[in-house]
Amino acid sequence: MSDLISQNLNMIFKTPKGDTVHALKDLNFTLKKGELLTVLGPSGCGKTTLLNITAGFIRPSSGNIKLNNKEIDGPGVERGMVFQQGALFEWLTVSENVNFGLRMKNEDPIKTQKKVDEWLEIVGLKGFGNTPTYQLSGGMQQRVALARCLINDPDLILMDEPLGALDALTREKMQSLVLKIWKETGKTIILITHSVEEALLLGERLYVMAPRPGRIHKEYNLPFASMGLKEDLREIKKNKDFSEKREEILEMIWNMEEEIMGKDI
Amino acid sequence: MLTQVITFLIFFAVIGCILYGRRLIKTEKIDAVFGNPERALGGTHWIIVGSSFLLLIWLYYSWDIAKGFYPKSANELCQVAKVNDSLLGLKYQFPIEERELKSTSQIRKENNNLRKILEEIKNSEELNNQQKVILAEFINKTNQLIPLLTNDDLLENETKEKINSITGKINLLTENFQKPDYPFETEQQLNERRKAVQEQGGWGIVKVSSGTGSIENTLEVPLVPETDRGLKFDAAAKELNLISDEFFKLRNHNPQFKTQIQNIKSEIKAYRKGLGETQEVASTYAKNIVKIARRIEFASIYPPNALDKMEDAIVKFDDAKVQTQGGLRLIDIFLFPAGTIVASGPSCSEQGSGRWLPKPSDTFNKFILMSKPSVGYKDIPLLWIDMVDVSKIIGFILPDWIADILPGEYPVHTKDGIVKQNFKGQVLKFVTGDFKLFKIPVPYGHIWDSFLRVFLGLVFGILIGVPLGLFMGLNRFAKGFFDPLIELYRPVPPLAWAPLIISVLGIDNTGKVFLLFMVSLSIMIISARAGASGTQLSKIHAAHSLGASKKQILRYVIFPNSLPEILTGIRVAVGMCWGTLVAAEFLAGTTGIGFVENVAKKYFQYEVIWITIFIMGMLGLLFDVTLRKIIDKTIPWRGKG
Repeated sequence: MSDLISQNLNMIFKTPKGDTVHALKDLNFTLKKGELLTVLGPSGCGKTTLLNITAGFIRPSSGNIKLNNKEIDGPGVERGMVFQQGALFEWLTVSENVNFGLRMKNEDPIKTQKKVDEWLEIVGLKGFGNTPTYQLSGGMQQRVALARCLINDPDLILMDEPLGALDALTREKMQSLVLKIWKETGKTIILITHSVEEALLLGERLYVMAPRPGRIHKEYNLPFASMGLKEDLREIKKNKDFSEKREEILEMIWNMEEEIMGKDI
Repeated sequence: MLTQVITFLIFFAVIGCILYGRRLIKTEKIDAVFGNPERALGGTHWIIVGSSFLLLIWLYYSWDIAKGFYPKSANELCQVAKVNDSLLGLKYQFPIEERELKSTSQIRKENNNLRKILEEIKNSEELNNQQKVILAEFINKTNQLIPLLTNDDLLENETKEKINSITGKINLLTENFQKPDYPFETEQQLNERRKAVQEQGGWGIVKVSSGTGSIENTLEVPLVPETDRGLKFDAAAKELNLISDEFFKLRNHNPQFKTQIQNIKSEIKAYRKGLGETQEVASTYAKNIVKIARRIEFASIYPPNALDKMEDAIVKFDDAKVQTQGGLRLIDIFLFPAGTIVASGPSCSEQGSGRWLPKPSDTFNKFILMSKPSVGYKDIPLLWIDMVDVSKIIGFILPDWIADILPGEYPVHTKDGIVKQNFKGQVLKFVTGDFKLFKIPVPYGHIWDSFLRVFLGLVFGILIGVPLGLFMGLNRFAKGFFDPLIELYRPVPPLAWAPLIISVLGIDNTGKVFLLFMVSLSIMIISARAGASGTQLSKIHAAHSLGASKKQILRYVIFPNSLPEILTGIRVAVGMCWGTLVAAEFLAGTTGIGFVENVAKKYFQYEVIWITIFIMGMLGLLFDVTLRKIIDKTIPWRGKG
């Protein structure tokens, strides 16, 4: 029922000079409820455009995208978004940030406070409720952004390189957190990333996108996300299958990059 | 008394704090390059050194130290100045402070003048040869006058005797002057002088009289001699005045000179009469020659050695004067830096830094006097509280037309001459404030007026500027529409608008508040616009996908996100408003701290000028510190987001 269905999705931008950029071309895919999709690709392949269209921030040039059989025509609470830099409201404390969505709906503050505390505990920020967000580290800020998004109970979570700005160690911890939350809540998640490892580790499904025009180049169905729920993530990385896939995708992306660079020269 | 104590305290504070600071430095760790950077944070002791040093300089250059330690020095110096003033004319005749005798320089000057005229006449194309010869002859004759004056043999006995008598008088004065009991004051004279001294008051402002005082200028330096030493100088000055008058009445005119000058004058007169209208040039030259002859006549030109004895007498008196001054000279040199007391005519005044740099003690006393609500400045206190009935405030705020638009008529008197109040009448009474409630204290006065103007101008500017700025930051149409309107008036310096606005809206609060509103409006619009358009798109997107409506995004995301810019704008606007206000109050007005300074300027009330400068600085600082506190409290995330 609550699938995300994209039909012939096209997005064409016009640059100020008058050139047209085909950011997305004839995108067709279906994402079932509870699936975790990672999207990978060289820069300029339309990953973020896809996410922005799904979030409703921009409208596609043609085609349509439906969630729960309802066409997406604007931002909505049922689609939560986590940004690369957190996009936290620094004038609010951690719990006020998490509470933001519920407050906009004018919900009872006492009830929402309980919910906020629950979510802070899930993302591992118990006791940080009254801290101003600008005093938090990058990883903690992303946890707040995650909780802020999840408290609205969205059907679909969109993550735009959420772990891109974090150091390696924090990143690994956050990857486990994302998997944990995925498992516990059973939400549908689309996660965009630059890191092949991350895409392989987290993605139940993986799209490798190609640029000019932006399109889905190859699709994978991966076992590593389900493994990651039980095993240590570092163990999975040693898996032979994992390294093969990693090399294959890396090669693919390198070729794409070379193609672009070759065009430029 | 207080000044002495304070002087010592400040002096020891400076020295003590410097020593303490040096010791601290020695015990601290020293970084190789810049020493310990934390030391740059300073400390209370360095602040004490700085401010004490400043105060000490003020005390010194405003001569307050002299006033504190030697309160009578100004009066004594005034008497010395009187002597100098009387002696000035006599001294000027001799090479005592000048390079040459007055006679010598005068002769040289007139010789030069004659030579110049002769030259001009010779080269003139408008004179004929005959005229040239006659004029040259006049010049020659005038030149011949000088030897008649400088010839020792021609000097009359009568003149010699007079010179000797004047010299004798000066010598006698010198002799008496050195006697301890000069000027031989009688008991009665002493009592009269004491009475006069008591009446004339002290140097500067000595005490603040209780009750209603006045801020008008007090006598700068008391004139009647208070001390015995001063009295000596005062008496000598009086005598010297008589002697000097006698000398300047004296003329070195011997019979030969008299006949000669009479001849020249009549000859030239006759010659000029004979000249027609066409020969005006020759007439003018002749007139100029007569002028020089007259100058020679009235200049005190004497034979070279005729006044030698008199010169000696004056030098002797001068020495005696310096000797009698004694320690007063040291006080003058060290405690009256960059100036001294001078006498001119009937009064003594401070010349130099003491003139425009009022004494801290005077300033402080005047400040206390001005702070009294009963005194204030121009009958308005600086800052005081008035009990005002709340009804008056309600009547001021509510417009009167509220009563007018109600249905019905105002009460009309009946046949019996009684006026029966009705509802409409009651409402009118209410909106005009014609009733009694309870009284609340309301501040008023110069400082309050200035503050209120800044505050109101700022509040109106914020109330209109911030929403408009936010709107302009978010909406292209609004930006395009309002931007030219604002850019039309903003580049003009606010003070350039002041004359126009003040003449249209009046010299009272309305004009000034409007002017300040204009100042703050543009600043608030610009800062709010920058804040709004600087909001990161991801924050707006985040809020949007969290379910916030457009209004909610504006209220809960864009507004708080613009707060740093808005508050910085307010801080800038306060400074601008404060500066503009004072200048506007200079321009026109009846109250306000700038008005006080402007009036004080007109009456040379330097103390009041400094007090207003101080008050303005303190208020400006208060505004800024308050705003800084508010900014730190409300936007702690600034620069960290």
